Amino acid sequence: MANNFTFLALFNLFLPLASFLILIFFGKHIKNFAHWVSLSLIGVMLLISIIFFKNIFSHHDTEILKISTNWFTTGSFSVDLGILINNVAAIMLLVVALISFLVHIYSVGYMKGDPRYSRYFAYLGIFTFSMNGIVLADSLIMMYIFWELVGLSSYLLIGFWFEKDSAANACKKAFLTNRVGDIGMFIGMMILFFTVGTFQIEGLIDGVKDGAFNNQINLLTVAGILVFMGAVGKSAQFPLHIWLPDAMEGPTPVSALIHAATMVAAGVYMVVRIFPILTPAALEFIAVVGGITALFAAIVAITQNDIKRVLAYSTVSQLGYMIMALGVGAYQAGFFHLTTHAMFKACLFLCSGSVIHAMHHSLHELKDHHTNPQDMNNMGGLKDKMPITYWAMLISTLAISGVPFFSGFLSKDAILAGTLAYYYMHHGWTIFLPIAGFGAAIITAFYMFRLIFMTFFGEPDNKNIHAHIHESPLSMIIPLILLSLLSFAFIFTIPDTVNPIDSHGWLFHAVPVVSNVAGLDMGVIGDEIHHAHHTAMYISLIVATIGIIISILFYFLKWISASSVSSGLNKLKLYDISFNKFYIDEIYDIFLYKPFMVISRLCSKIDWDLYDQKFIDGWGWFTLKISDKSGEADYNWLDQRVVDGFGKLTQHFGNSLKLTQNGVLQNYLLGGLLGVILLIIVFQQF
Amino acid sequence: MSENLFLMVAALVIASAFWVVFSPNLIHSAVALLFTLFGTSGLYIFLYADFIAATQIVIYVGGILVLIIFGVMLTNRIDSPSIAASSANQFIGGLGAFAIFVMQVAVIFNTTWMSGKPNTQQSSTEAIGKLLLNEYLLPFEIVSILLLAALMGAALLSRKS
Amino acid sequence: MDSLTSYLVIAAILFSMGIYGVITRKNAVAILMGIELILNSANINFIAFNRFGGLNKLDGHVFAIFVIVLAAAEAAVALAIVINLFKNIGSVDVSDADILKG
Repeated sequence: MANNFTFLALFNLFLPLASFLILIFFGKHIKNFAHWVSLSLIGVMLLISIIFFKNIFSHHDTEILKISTNWFTTGSFSVDLGILINNVAAIMLLVVALISFLVHIYSVGYMKGDPRYSRYFAYLGIFTFSMNGIVLADSLIMMYIFWELVGLSSYLLIGFWFEKDSAANACKKAFLTNRVGDIGMFIGMMILFFTVGTFQIEGLIDGVKDGAFNNQINLLTVAGILVFMGAVGKSAQFPLHIWLPDAMEGPTPVSALIHAATMVAAGVYMVVRIFPILTPAALEFIAVVGGITALFAAIVAITQNDIKRVLAYSTVSQLGYMIMALGVGAYQAGFFHLTTHAMFKACLFLCSGSVIHAMHHSLHELKDHHTNPQDMNNMGGLKDKMPITYWAMLISTLAISGVPFFSGFLSKDAILAGTLAYYYMHHGWTIFLPIAGFGAAIITAFYMFRLIFMTFFGEPDNKNIHAHIHESPLSMIIPLILLSLLSFAFIFTIPDTVNPIDSHGWLFHAVPVVSNVAGLDMGVIGDEIHHAHHTAMYISLIVATIGIIISILFYFLKWISASSVSSGLNKLKLYDISFNKFYIDEIYDIFLYKPFMVISRLCSKIDWDLYDQKFIDGWGWFTLKISDKSGEADYNWLDQRVVDGFGKLTQHFGNSLKLTQNGVLQNYLLGGLLGVILLIIVFQQF
Repeated sequence: MSENLFLMVAALVIASAFWVVFSPNLIHSAVALLFTLFGTSGLYIFLYADFIAATQIVIYVGGILVLIIFGVMLTNRIDSPSIAASSANQFIGGLGAFAIFVMQVAVIFNTTWMSGKPNTQQSSTEAIGKLLLNEYLLPFEIVSILLLAALMGAALLSRKS
Repeated sequence: MDSLTSYLVIAAILFSMGIYGVITRKNAVAILMGIELILNSANINFIAFNRFGGLNKLDGHVFAIFVIVLAAAEAAVALAIVINLFKNIGSVDVSDADILKG
């Protein structure tokens, strides 16, 4: 069985890579049939993930698969690569495979007619490969490699329509912001490696348990926070959230796959993996970051008009929930929310894509290229024209708002119970965390239903646009239906219980409670959560109801005018702050980007004006001068004087000796005679 | 008596030789050469070489000298005397000749010559004839061929064309 | 007085005179006369050695005959050449025959 699993895991990892390679090299020839290649390969990958998923019920405390191989060894240490599939990884594999497959199907309809059709599916392939790599990795170094690859795939996909300046800027921003987080992750990884001696996650857990960080618990906290920085970048937590709203420049299926369900969840998944070695201090920091993010993003989402922006900030906020859950120790709740969020957020994005697709076609038929098809103010009354989209979106919105019978209620409830329990344990300032949690919940309900009412209800502002709207094609509808079905509560609780408000279903039982070896007592946390459970449930029901009622008042019944309230609040500039995202981007521009560009220009000036022009060219000038002198020496001295001198000397001697040949025979005889006399004299001496 | 005669003959030979090479007039040189050859023949008589002496007179004086006088006549205008030799060459040439003479004299007086009973046979003609045709037959024949070649060469060289 | 060395000395004087004549004289025929002197000195040497050398044979005489014969042949050819020279360059002054001048 273990051998089979090895092959299956390797197939799982490399099938999307095969899809990428085939489509990159042969895409031009396949063109419009590219989706058959990727759909078949990703479909097989989905089947393999289901096989792994089926095994989680038999492996509760053991791994399904653990293999590793030596990558390289240098002197004192060696680095291994390997695959570790435990229950958490198996569930995550299924989530990734399912969402990826559905997005592939959806993209067939959404991206039809695009000139770079095959390349799009190739990029989806490499993204799926990288995401699988993160899920399967058993060591931090391997996870880091695929971490970067995921960042690259995200860059390629966000900037898919790179002809638009905004898309090119957005993909750059996403990649660079991710890199900032990755620096922290790398430093943290190295601290752990040099203290414990291995990159493997299990090895690190054992190392911390054996006391590698005794006397250095602060170092372990720092390492944990630094590794968490990677999650801050990847999962768009405050303050590195700036890339996610801009990433909406990419195609909507990409937003659904990457920026809702999988890549942004990679940060949460990583924290889940290394949860055992996070100290209580690090976890407190993590919880605070998550809480701030959840509340902050929700506030910004209230005023946004672009449908995808609202969903983007909603994603940031929900990610904050997950991080906060992990921070307070509600380990299983955080992971549960990750799974449910993947389903309903993907559904929300795909529905919005469907709406945008319809708006786009309508504007195209009207030959209108100026109106923004994504602006909710241009929509309205789409309920009758796009019924399936409407129902799918409504179900997902109910899920995200935390209404009972839907999956979001279960997971959010569990998180809120965790925050309350944390407050009960620590008191004091930690009241902020439940306030952030419940506050974000009420605001989430409000703005999600605002989105529904503005898009699907009411009278359309522009009748022309409305006239040309029609439902999306079948390839886009099927994933919507499937995902909305997966947003119901019973999906996650059968067969253990069908109680709609009891979250202890198969998922809760499948994910084991890990023991934290860095000082956190999980048993105490579990008890406290149990006590706070009912209180949290009641409060979350109340806040969800209040949020939905306020939204109905504003946008459905229109008894309160939204614009008058917003201008009233604007007396305190609150509306502007929310609409302009708390001016974060502008602050970064003044304090970070501009000084950096100044330094960059200075370095460029030193390198070009001083080093290149003066130093390097100076050498050139010097060499030319030397070469001149050498040429002169060679020509004037060597050639003219030495070589020609020999010639002239020979000529001179020749001219002189010519005189002996005067042609008169007698002189030759005389010479001969004298020679003979000389010879005789010489011989006579010896 | 014979000693005095010998000295006179020797003096004749040497004086004539001087006049041969130092005379500005070519005819005088030729006549001096005649006297030298006669003197040499006399020396041969003293050396008991009767045949050679006769041969010398007949061939040298009668043949070669006549030929030389022919040459003189054919290549000069008899009324203008020949010009003397140039001075530079005279000095060097004289020096060289004198050096040669000195060396030879040194060799002559420093060598112990083989001496034996002087050869005093009465008539050498028969003996020479015998030698020529017995031991020296090959050089004899070769010399005859050489004479033929010289004859042909001289005739060829002085052709009209 | 009539010993070997006196004959040899006479021959030496003749030889030197002959050398001087060959080298110094400008007229081609005069040079020929010098050559005859040289040949005669050689002959005297041969005959003198034959008489005073203790040989019973007359090899020296035979040599002398050959020398005389060769002198005759050579004089004939040389004069033919001189005649030709005179015909070609118009004079028998050897310093006029310098076409091979370098």
